[in-house]
Amino acid sequence: MGLKTFIGGVHPFEGKELAKDAPIKEILPKGELVYPLSQHIGAPATPVVAVGDTVLKGQKIAEAGGFVSAPIHASVSGTVKAIEPRRVAVGDMVNSIIIENDGLYNEVAYEVVEDVTTLSKEVIINKIKEAGIVGMGGAGFPTHVKLSPKEPERIEYIIANCAECEPYLTSDYRRMIENPEELVAGMKVILQLFDNAKGIFGIENNKPEAIAKLQELVADEPRLEVIPLKTKYPQGGERQLIFACTGRAINSKMLPADAGCIVDNVETIIAVHNAVKHGVPLMKRVATVTGDAIVQPSNFLYSMGTSCAELIEAAGGFKDGAEKIISGGPMMGFALFSTDIPTTKTSSSILCFAKDEVSKFEPINCMNCGRCVDVCPENLIPSRLAKYGEKGLMEEFEAWHGLECIECGSCSYVCPSRRHVAQSIKTMKKQVLAEKRKQNS
Amino acid sequence: MSELLHVSSAPHVRAKTSTSNVMLWVIIALLPTTCFGIYNFGIRALILLVATVLSCVLSETVFNLICKKKNTIGDLSAVVTGMILALNMPVNLPIWEAVIGGVFAIIVVKMLFGGLGQNFMNPALAARCFLLIAFAADMSNFKTTTAGFAGKIYSGATPLAQIRGQGGVIFPYELPNKFSTSSFLDAFLGFTPGTIGETSVLCLLIGLVILVAAKVISLRIPLAYIGTFAVYMFVFGTKAFSWEYVVAQLLTGGLVFGAIFMATDYATTPITRKGQILFGICCGLLTGIFRTIGGSPEGVSYAIILSNLMVPLIEKITIPRAFGLSKKALVKKEVK
Repeated sequence: MGLKTFIGGVHPFEGKELAKDAPIKEILPKGELVYPLSQHIGAPATPVVAVGDTVLKGQKIAEAGGFVSAPIHASVSGTVKAIEPRRVAVGDMVNSIIIENDGLYNEVAYEVVEDVTTLSKEVIINKIKEAGIVGMGGAGFPTHVKLSPKEPERIEYIIANCAECEPYLTSDYRRMIENPEELVAGMKVILQLFDNAKGIFGIENNKPEAIAKLQELVADEPRLEVIPLKTKYPQGGERQLIFACTGRAINSKMLPADAGCIVDNVETIIAVHNAVKHGVPLMKRVATVTGDAIVQPSNFLYSMGTSCAELIEAAGGFKDGAEKIISGGPMMGFALFSTDIPTTKTSSSILCFAKDEVSKFEPINCMNCGRCVDVCPENLIPSRLAKYGEKGLMEEFEAWHGLECIECGSCSYVCPSRRHVAQSIKTMKKQVLAEKRKQNS
Repeated sequence: MSELLHVSSAPHVRAKTSTSNVMLWVIIALLPTTCFGIYNFGIRALILLVATVLSCVLSETVFNLICKKKNTIGDLSAVVTGMILALNMPVNLPIWEAVIGGVFAIIVVKMLFGGLGQNFMNPALAARCFLLIAFAADMSNFKTTTAGFAGKIYSGATPLAQIRGQGGVIFPYELPNKFSTSSFLDAFLGFTPGTIGETSVLCLLIGLVILVAAKVISLRIPLAYIGTFAVYMFVFGTKAFSWEYVVAQLLTGGLVFGAIFMATDYATTPITRKGQILFGICCGLLTGIFRTIGGSPEGVSYAIILSNLMVPLIEKITIPRAFGLSKKALVKKEVK
C-alpha cells in the first residue's frame, strides 16, 4: 500500500531515539521569567501591567495589539521587575516583560465549562483569543484568526499536523502517546466551529504507537480520521501536509482555507482544549531538549518565559560542552549564540550538538548537479534561485517562482558542494517581499 | 557558558554526499570501459590515460597557483575530465598532443570561465574537438600496430566508417556482408577499432548502471538522446527502415559513450527535468543529422557541444511550474 506523501523531500538522520521514550516531565521555573511581547505573527502585545505590580499565575500581562495579535499571560506568580528589550531566539532585541518568580504559583480562578458542546461558535473563538493561543509549530500565527476564515461553511478539513517531520523532535509524539484524549477533545472543539468539516490526524509512519493510539480513539467518530503518512521531511510543511492528506495543492498566494483546509499543530490543538474546557490560558507547552551534547534528553512541560539555559540544566546539562545550540529543529531552527534566551510560545525544542558539523564546511562551486531540484517539495530550481539571490536579480528570481519557497532547507541539506542554497533564497525572498510592500504602499 | 556558540543559518544538518564523492562515482563508472580499452588496445592506452589525467590535474593546480586560489583538484573533477578526454582518443595519438588536449580542456574551457560548474561547454569534449581540428590526421588514425591484451590488431576504418561507406551520403548503402550477427556481438563487446573508451557498449552500459544506481545521473538524457537518435536513423538514415542499420549505428562510434558520460555532464546540461529531455532530443537529432549528411561518419562530439550552447535557451522555456501554481490558482490570483 502506498502511503500518502508529497513530491520531493529528504530523509535526514532522524535522531528521535534520543528523546522518544522520555515521558513528559513538568519542570518549575526559578528566578526571573522573560515574556517577549512579540512571540507571534502580527502586532506586538501591549503590556497591561506596570513595573512593581504583583501578578498571579494565569493573569493576563499583555493584551493583543490588534486583530492579528495575541495576549500574553504570566506563567508564574510574582512581581513585574522590568519592561525592557531582551534578546530572543531569532537574534532580535524585543521589548519584554520580566517577572520575578515568587515560587508560590498562586493562580487566578479559571472558568471551567462542564459541557463544551453547549458553547456557541463566538464563545469558543473568544475563549481561544483570550487564551493567547498561536500556532505552536513555529510560525506563531494567532489561532483565533486562523479559525475565523471568511466562509467557515466551506472548510472541509481540519488537519492536525502530527507529522513532526523535523529530526530529533519528539514533543508532539509524546503528547500523542500521553495526552491523545486532550488532542481529540481539542479537535472536536475546533470541529464545532465548522459544520461541514472532517478532522484529520496526519501522522508520519515512524510513530506507529501514536497512530495506533489515535486510531483507537477515533474508531467510533465519523468525523475524525487518522491518516498515516510516509516519513519524509518536510511532511509537516503546511502545503505538503494538505497535499498528502487531501490531494489539494496551494501556493504562496493562497491560504489553506482557499483549499477548504485549516492546519493546526498538536500542541496548539491541546492548548485549544485547555482554553475552552478548563479556561486555562496558554502558558505552558511541551518541548524536547535533546541532541548528542545533552546528558539526559528529555521532553519537558515547562512554563513559557523560562530561559533556555534552565531547560538545558533540567536535562542534566552538557556532557562535554556544546558547540551549537538550536531553537527548533535542525532543518529550520535558529542557532543560538547564547543560552540566555527566553522560551516562547513557539519554542518546540532546544537541540544541542557537541560538534558543529555545518559551519566548518566551505562551500565550493555549484556544479549544477540538480540534487536540490530533485528534493525541492515546491518543484523549484533552488540552485538557480540562490544564484539570482546572490546576484540580486529580482526579476529572474520571481520568474523562476522564488517566492514559492517554503524555506524547508532540503536544498542546502543535499547540496554536495555545501552551498548555502536555502539561506540565499530566504534572504532574497525577504528583499523581494519588502520591495513589493514598498511598491504597494 | 562564557564563550559564544556557533551560529549559522538553517539547516543545521547536511547530507553526507560531497562533490568529490559524486566525482568518485563517475570515475568508478568509467573504470569498466577504461579497463576494457587497455585490454583491447594495449599498455599504450594506459600511458595515454595517465598522461592526460596528469596534464589536467597539473593544469588546474598551476592555474590555481598563478591566480592565488585554493587548489580545487580535491573535487576530482579534473581527474574525470582527463579520463573522459583520454577515452576519446585513438590509442596511437602522440603523447604531447594528448597533453595539449588536457591543458586546453582545463585552462581554456574550464578554469578561464570560473572553474567547476561555470563552464558552458564540456571541457573534455571541447578539447576533443580542438584536437580533431588541430591534429586531424592523428585523431582519426585508428590503425593499431601492436596487439592489445586481446591479441587483436586493427587495420583502420572504424565500423561506423565502414557502414557509412566512401562518400555514401545520399545513396542507400548496403550493410557490408561481414556485418553479421557476430560483428554485432563484436561491436557490443567492444572488439572493434575506435577511440580507447568508446568501443565496448557492454562496459559503457555497466557504467550507466553504476551512475544511475549511485544516483549520480538520471536516465532522462541518455534515453532521450539514444531514443531520438534511433528513431531518426530508422526514418531518415542512409538505409531507412532497416533495424539492422539502426542497431549498427547504435553499437558503433561514440554514441553510447557520449550519451552516458558526456551529454550528462552537470555543468553543461539543463538543470530542469523537461530541459534535460529536450537536451537529449537535441543531441539525438543533431547526431543523426551529422551522421547522415555530415562530412565525417562521427557526429556525437559536435552534436553535444552544439546542444551545450543551447542550454540557456532550453532552460528558459522549461522553467517548471512551482507546486500549487496550477493554472486555476493563477487565474484566481489575477481576479483578486
